Amino acid sequence: MAEYNLTINGKKSTVDVDPQTPLLWVLRDHLKLVGTKYGCGIAQCGACTVHLDGSAIRSCQLPISSVADNEITTIEGLSEKGDHPVQKAWLEHDVPQCGYCQAGQIMSAASLLKSNPNPTDEEIENAMNGNICRCGTYNRIKAAIKTASGAQIV
Amino acid sequence: MSIIKTGMGRRSFIKNMSLAGGGLVIGFNWLACKRAAEESTEEMVLQMPDKWFEMNGYLKIGDNGVVTIYSPNPEIGQNVKTSMPMLVAEELDVDWNNVIVEQAPLNLEVFSRQLAGGSQSIRQGWEPLRMAGATAKQMLLTAAANEWDVPVSELSVQNGVITHTNSNRSISYGEIAQAAAQVEVPDQVELKEKTNIKIRGTSRKNVDAKKIVTGQPLYGLDVNRDDMLIAMIVQPPAFGMEFKSMDAEKVKEMPGIKDVFTINTYPDDMEREWSDTTSFPKLVVLVGDSTWQVMQAKKALKVEWDLKPELTKEIEILEKSPALRKSGGLENSEIHNSLMADVGPQKAVMVRKDGDPEAAFKNATRVIERSYTCPFLAHNCMEPMNFFANVTNEKAELLGPIQTPEFAEKSVSKRLGIGLENIDIQMTRMGGGFGRRLYGNFLVEAAVISHRIGAPVKLVYTREDDMTNGVYRPAYQVTYRAALDENNNLTAFHVNAGGISESPLFANRFPAGAVDNYLAESWTIESHISTGAFRAPRSNFIAGAEQSFLDELAEEMGKDPIQFRLDMLKRAKDNPVGENNDYDPVRYAGVLELVRDKAGWNNSSASSNRGVAAYYCHNSYVAQILDLTIKNNEPVIDKVICAVDCGIVVNPDAAKNMVEGGTIDGIGHALYSQLTFEDGVPQQRNFDSYRLIRHREAPKKIDVHFVNNGLDPTGLGEPPFPPVQGALANALYKATGKRIYNQPFLPELQAQSREIKT
Repeated sequence: MAEYNLTINGKKSTVDVDPQTPLLWVLRDHLKLVGTKYGCGIAQCGACTVHLDGSAIRSCQLPISSVADNEITTIEGLSEKGDHPVQKAWLEHDVPQCGYCQAGQIMSAASLLKSNPNPTDEEIENAMNGNICRCGTYNRIKAAIKTASGAQIV
Repeated sequence: MSIIKTGMGRRSFIKNMSLAGGGLVIGFNWLACKRAAEESTEEMVLQMPDKWFEMNGYLKIGDNGVVTIYSPNPEIGQNVKTSMPMLVAEELDVDWNNVIVEQAPLNLEVFSRQLAGGSQSIRQGWEPLRMAGATAKQMLLTAAANEWDVPVSELSVQNGVITHTNSNRSISYGEIAQAAAQVEVPDQVELKEKTNIKIRGTSRKNVDAKKIVTGQPLYGLDVNRDDMLIAMIVQPPAFGMEFKSMDAEKVKEMPGIKDVFTINTYPDDMEREWSDTTSFPKLVVLVGDSTWQVMQAKKALKVEWDLKPELTKEIEILEKSPALRKSGGLENSEIHNSLMADVGPQKAVMVRKDGDPEAAFKNATRVIERSYTCPFLAHNCMEPMNFFANVTNEKAELLGPIQTPEFAEKSVSKRLGIGLENIDIQMTRMGGGFGRRLYGNFLVEAAVISHRIGAPVKLVYTREDDMTNGVYRPAYQVTYRAALDENNNLTAFHVNAGGISESPLFANRFPAGAVDNYLAESWTIESHISTGAFRAPRSNFIAGAEQSFLDELAEEMGKDPIQFRLDMLKRAKDNPVGENNDYDPVRYAGVLELVRDKAGWNNSSASSNRGVAAYYCHNSYVAQILDLTIKNNEPVIDKVICAVDCGIVVNPDAAKNMVEGGTIDGIGHALYSQLTFEDGVPQQRNFDSYRLIRHREAPKKIDVHFVNNGLDPTGLGEPPFPPVQGALANALYKATGKRIYNQPFLPELQAQSREIKT
């Protein structure tokens, strides 16, 4: 066990956990930020996607000891009022079915649009290919990303 | 004006007498409240009423006019948490923006059939949901009429405000709710005229959408209690094995670990419910403080396993396989395939026979015979199986994702000897169901674990536990034969279908009723691998196979595949063969004609690589046309056009979402997915080896068209899934010139392509 000082969604917190504990389980079990989902534990489904200094990463594969002072953003902190352009586009297109994978999809989409504000269909498909949606909302996800594209993503 | 008797489910509408006379404040539960309006503002959330008045088990009205509607059925992504309350709100005649939706707990006193399965929630909720709204509205009108001493017939309602035009008076539901709650429940109520429908048939956003996109706790896996422990299971590594021994002492010393023990979820003398399916009643359980710590202990734990005693006994059918004897009784996919090809069809029993098929085949000029297979599939809900349980000797509190709470409650009651009245089951939103959560073994396991350790616990399956736990879509096989006479007329049709360990046959479905001489036979092969319902059970295979065969048959007969089906359906309508035909040929033909016209099927400029299929299941009709091209040895689905007849569409955009998803799901499983076995061990344990359809592979475009016939609503969660597999197979044939008979299609497609090249 060791103490780690974290910056998550702009807030400082300290946890005392095994150094190998993946960020996913620190978020979910220790900080009660359960918006980030467990889907596979081996970085194959994308449900656990968060931002590490603005880039999308799979939190199930990132040991807490490797986070250091990098800033973490989770779905809960993507925007203050749930009004990030990607979140708004998701609501506009009424994307979710079961909804379980959508936090990961949104975090991947927000990261994509930050680096590429106007992605082509092919760029969207490639960037999102690591996020499985078992319900099959892929077409709506793509449509929502296109709606959100061009918006100012901070 | 349709009049509806309130006799059915009347107990739902009789108020709890202990509440009479006073305002009822129901405690805020953790699953609670989300304003239905998409633009939920904090101001609005703060405007909760001081008092609630319960009108009936489905709804309560606040003194400020805010209405809470309880959605009775489990929400697995089919969007019933929005569409079911829409039906209540419609008849209640309130502004949807003033509606809060809460998931109802299991409550058989109030609700019937609280189950997510068979695509039946809307169909079977159609009457009680509307009745709940209409009954409450009638009571509100009666209370207002009493207040003003005028006849009810002189009152009108608009968005939750009652008006008496003659005296220019009006009163809101919130103001009259307390009085209305005292009014006697009416014997019969009037339902709205179609012309007055305002909510139903208009698209309303998912009531949980804002919580989903902001990551709020909604799912079973999100449940957190301060004093809660985490439990995980270790199950046998192979189907056909069971626990022998373990060395747990060192693991018990690991950080955060509280205990390691075995449980028997289902003792031999317990009478199981149908939903208690599992291959692994005896499990090793680890309990600890946090998920990661328990995962580490689970990895470190050494467990010994034995062959199940019954494996040493002779299972007649399995024993016919030399390979099985070699593997010591443990099953593998090679054995399964040979049993399905050689053994199963031989032991088929007749289920339906019309005319004289034997003679027709004997006299045929040509007989066309084709066989189709599919593998086992895991449901792979994105949220792995889990449940929260807080159980003592006296009572059980259970919270989590379950499609069959009614049956799970009975199982817990029987297993732990706790009365049904002392078992409380609350349903979380579910990260997928697809049939897997019909089988509540994980719920009973959580209850048994909590009872044993005397503490609240959340049982969590890892993805690997989830994928290797069984209750799979069975492996199926079907052989079709068609007899043609010298004029190329279809004279007989024979279907021989079976599987491990269930047959996919629907003997009374099309083309039964359309062919003079018809024979349907069925068989099963036993297995130690548990199987269960998977989205559109049985149809999820046999639809694609049948529609592929009909496509090939039409080609052999030199007919257009759509016209061929329409001709058969016309025969089934005008002069049906046999009894009990389980479909309406007019509605069936209707979706085929609609998809034909919407896709421009008869346009010469249309894509040449297109396939068509249509199917009836879960009381609904779906036809699909799929266009594809082959790039880099993989199909690229350019477009799918869907025509759907599910009667009245309650929430059109959400229904379209469901059809899009079912189409993608059907394509993905037919092309990519399989669960195979080696000596009883599932060979796919996670998404690195189990292939699910991904973004790049989804159709580039999906068009959805609903038949507008005003008939009462029927199923929608399942019907779009089965036929698209046939449309896909038929389009693949157009693109490659080769028929594909075995799922998943991609490996076979690529093997064919290698053959073509070499």
